[in-house]
Order: sequence, then C-alpha cells, then structure tokens
Amino acid sequence: MSFLSLSHLEKTFGTNRVVKDFNLSVEKGEFISLLGPSGCGKTTVLRMVAGFETPTSGGIVIDGQEVTGLKPNQRNIGMMFQAYALFPNMTVAENVAFGLKVKGVAKDKRDARVEEMLRLIGLPEMGGRYPFQLSGGQQQRVALARALAPSPRVLLLDEPLSALDAKVRVSLRNEIREIQRELGITTIFVTHDQEEALSMSDRVVVMNGGIAEQVGAPFEVYNRPSTRFVATFVGTLNVFDGAVTGPQSVTLAGVPVTLAEPVEASKGATVALALRPEAVQLGRVEGADVVLPATIESVEFLGSIIRVRARAGGSVVALDTFNRMDAPPPAIGAETEVSLHARDLIVLAG
Amino acid sequence: MTDWLSPTEWQAVALSLRVAFWATVISLPLGIWVAWLLARREFPGKQVLNGLVHLPLILPPVVTGYLLLITFGRRGYVGQFLDQWFGIVLAFRWTGAVLAAAVMAFPLMVRAIRLAFEAVDPKLEQAAGTLGASPAWVFLTVTLPLILPGVLAGAVLAFAKAMGEFGATITFVSNIPGETQTLPSAIYAFLQVPGGDAQAFRLVIVSIAVAMGALIASEWIGRRVARRIGGLG
Ligand SMILES: Nc1ncnc2c1ncn2[C@@H]1O[C@H](COP(=O)(O)OP(=O)(O)OP(=O)(O)O)[C@@H](O)[C@H]1O
Ligand SMILES: [Mg+2]
Repeated sequence: MSFLSLSHLEKTFGTNRVVKDFNLSVEKGEFISLLGPSGCGKTTVLRMVAGFETPTSGGIVIDGQEVTGLKPNQRNIGMMFQAYALFPNMTVAENVAFGLKVKGVAKDKRDARVEEMLRLIGLPEMGGRYPFQLSGGQQQRVALARALAPSPRVLLLDEPLSALDAKVRVSLRNEIREIQRELGITTIFVTHDQEEALSMSDRVVVMNGGIAEQVGAPFEVYNRPSTRFVATFVGTLNVFDGAVTGPQSVTLAGVPVTLAEPVEASKGATVALALRPEAVQLGRVEGADVVLPATIESVEFLGSIIRVRARAGGSVVALDTFNRMDAPPPAIGAETEVSLHARDLIVLAG
Repeated sequence: MTDWLSPTEWQAVALSLRVAFWATVISLPLGIWVAWLLARREFPGKQVLNGLVHLPLILPPVVTGYLLLITFGRRGYVGQFLDQWFGIVLAFRWTGAVLAAAVMAFPLMVRAIRLAFEAVDPKLEQAAGTLGASPAWVFLTVTLPLILPGVLAGAVLAFAKAMGEFGATITFVSNIPGETQTLPSAIYAFLQVPGGDAQAFRLVIVSIAVAMGALIASEWIGRRVARRIGGLG
C-alpha cells in the first residue's frame, strides 16, 4: 500500500480537460517530480493534492485516509510556492510558528520548534527579521521551514526555485533534497526544468497535455523514454530516419544496423531512431557500428563539456565530448567523422 | 470653541460628527464583506452588485434621497416593515441621516477596501490554509492585517463624505434643527436667511477643517500602505 495515491484524477475547467486519468502511487519518503512543459497541468495536479482544486473525478488517498473531499486546512500537508508567499507582516520566527500556533502548540514548545527549524535551514539568527529584509534564497528557505514546522504528511513544492538566480537555485535544490532525506518526508516537486527533476528525484513523472506520459527513475526516463514526447522533452536528442529491413534490423543513412531490441514496424517502413548527444563520438571509433562522414557546423565550449553540432547522415547531429587539455575542440567547417553504437539507439514509437 | 459657535451651529456640527461616525461604523463590516465579494469571488450577478454599490456615486443625490424616502419612508415597503416589527422610524430622524450618509459614502469605502483586498496575494491565504488555518483564522491573522491600512483609508474617506453629504440627506430626512440639520444643511439654511452669512462662514471653516483633517489622515495612512508594499518587494 503506497503512502500517497492519486487514482484516475481528472480536472476539467469549463470544457478544457486539463488533467486526464492521472495515476500515481508514491511511497513514504519518496521524492517525486512532476516534469512537463508550461500548461501541461502540473500545478493543477499539485493543487488537487493540496485541496485548492476539487477533482472533477478520481480520488486522493494520503496514508490510508481518503482526502479528496477535505479542505486544504484539514489535510496536514506543507506547501511551498514559487514566490515564497511569506506573511509580510510577520517576522521570520512568526512565519515559521504560524502552523504550530494554528495547531495550538504551547509557546515554549513552539519556540523550541521554530529554533530547530531555523537551524535546519541554516538561518538560526534570522528569527527577528521581516521577510523583506531577506534575500530571495533566504525567503524560500524560511518558506520551507514554515511548511515543515507542523510536521506535514506530504510536502508539495510548486517551482520553488524558478524565481531564484542560477547559483542559489543549484545550492538550494541540494539543500532541499538533503533536508527532505533527513526528515524522510514524502515530497512532490513541480518543475519544468528537466535538470532539476533528473538531479533531485527518486522518480520523475513526465507530463504532457494533462497526461502522465511516463513515470520512472531519472535514469530510466532519460535512457528508456517510453514515448516520443518523453524522449524529446527530457534531454537533447538526435533523431535519424531508419528504414526497416527486418524484425530487428534497419538501415541508417545507408548503413545496415542490428538493433538491441526488435522494432514494431513492418519491413520497408520508416522509424525514428534517437540518440543522445553523449552517445555520439567524434572521429572514427574502434568497434563502432556506424561511422558517418561529418562536417562541423558549430562548437559550443561549456567548460567540462564541449557541445558540437555536425552535419552527418542527412541531418544535424549534436554531440557532447568532455573537455581535455590535450585535445582542443574541432574547427568549424572541418571535415571529420562521427561514430555511434547500435545499442545506444532508441526507437521512438508513434 | 463652544462660545465661538452658537448653540445651533454647535448642534449641527455635533450632529454631523455623530451621523458620520455611525454611518462609517455601521457600513464598515458590510463594506468589507462587499469589497471581499467583489475582489475575490466569482458569482452570477457580480456586475449587478458592483453597479448597485456604485449607483449613489453617479445618481443625483436628490434621486438617491428620493429612492430612500420611497423605500424607507413610513409608507415605503421596508420603512413600514421596520416601523411595525421593530418600531424603527428612519424618515425625518437623525438615524435616517445616518442611512443616507452611509449609502452615499458606501461606494468610496468599498472601492478603497477592494483595492486593498486585490493587493493581497491569494497565495498568502493559500499558504495559511495549508498550514492548517481555517478560513476565519486566515482572514483574521493574514488578510485583515494586510488590508487594514486600506480599511482605515476607506473609513476616513467614508467619514469625510458622510460629513459633507447634503442632497440625499435633505431629501430623505429634511432639515430639522437638532434632529436632522447636519453641517451642510445648516450652512444651506443660514444662507437662506438675510444676515446668516457670518454663521454660514463659521460652519464653512469647520467643514474645511474636518475635510483637511480627513485628507491628512488618509494621506498618512496611504504612506504607510506604500511603505508596507515597498517592504513586500
Ligand atoms: N482556475 C483555472 N481556470 C481555468 N483554467 C485553468 C485554471 N487553472 C489552470 N487552468 C488551465 O489549465 C491548464 C494547466 O494549468 P497548470 O497551471 O496546471 O499548468 P502547469 O503545468 O503548472 O504550467 P506552468 O509550468 O506554466 O506553471 C492551463 O491551460 C491553464 O490555462
Ligand atoms: Mg504551474
């Protein structure tokens, strides 16, 4: 029995079906991300769990309790918003104490808990300040402390990092994950940033048009996307056309290739073959299944990684190589070759 | 002060203050509720309610007074009901002046409070909700403190408007010294008799002083709002 379960959730605004037959089982202590493009219904799912939206149909169970009809204040959940949403008329300590006060926790216990939470988020001296006296990152940490103080059953986060600048975003995401692990709190994290979703989560739900297209561990979702949408939305992807020549064989730019898995297409049909940039190598590599002549079109030096775009096999191929001090990046316009392995090819359905 | 104004004049000033005070106090809870409805709720007839609230702002005050008279007068539907069941008579009484002033000042009050509501991020209320607070608790501990400056500004504005209300008041409750003769009615009455200019002038000074006081108070409150919103960013 999972700790949090969403079954057959549907949400319709007017005639607009925003969430469609959404199913998800979350284990206790699990960190789940909802990942998808803008408008795909991530926030709506989260708001249904929080109780701000009533599902058109379907049910939500938390820890064995049916909560679908309960008001937000009856669900014992914690929530963090994109724009912090700290109470501006209260100090940091009063903000963190809010949920405890509502619960009727005695003052001495409350003060102790507030102190504990402020220490947890690394702001032990800030209790007396007002939110406007804090930086964005500090405000969001206070919001986390406020959400966690009453020991909620589930923590919901709606793009809590997207209002912050890049550096703070990365450090805070590590901090959130650390605290989440430490407390073992079941968490749903909404984001449209794939890097965030992949790096933080136990499992990722990739959503599109109100549908959960794939649910799986980051490694799974990235390497074995179950739909074309997932493949193209998560990470960068090179797509080649392959002509099917047998149950498990195709030709790619004229080169016969034996695939790792059978294709579900009849002979003569065209299938889309996808390949991650890190699976394409520059130059002729020993043991490669396909080697194609290539012309370098652009070179992007990103530091540890160099992203090269080369024209090969009738399309532009993105490939990533690691920076090496003894191997400067190729020149634009240079004629070279790219190598790839059949085992890295993902056959895209649909 | 008392010997500077004659008893009649003093009576008018005191009555106006009393009428404006009660008009403000009584309409405040309703004003907050209507402002909340208009700012936060979607419901059929919202535009009708909005129009109704603002009607006294655009109708000639005499018309508003006349409508009050035919509704709340002794022969009016509501007036008859109030008289028979509660023994309350509004027409030609100072309580009627309170009603007239409240109706006329209502749009200004609602407008100010509504703006204050709209400035409160609904996410704050939602956050409070997830922290276990009931809607009433959220309103009292989160929303109300944040809209308070707007509520005070709306109340000051309504008070000033109620002090100066003339057309609807004189139509609904007439101009009876000691009962319904408010400051503007008294000024009007003094201007009707030869040699009343000096008395009228003294009351005009009082009116200006009260209006200025209200303006300064609402300016001061406005600055506090600006500071608070500045603190939000
Ligand atoms: N209260 C509402 N009334 C009508 N339509 C709504 C409402 N809330 C959301 N929608 C619609 O539902 C769809 C999904 O919205 P939602 O906010 O869940 O998207 P999202 O995945 O969170 O997007 P984003 O990444 O931009 O936040 C959108 O098309 C939106 O316009
Ligand atoms: Mg959203």
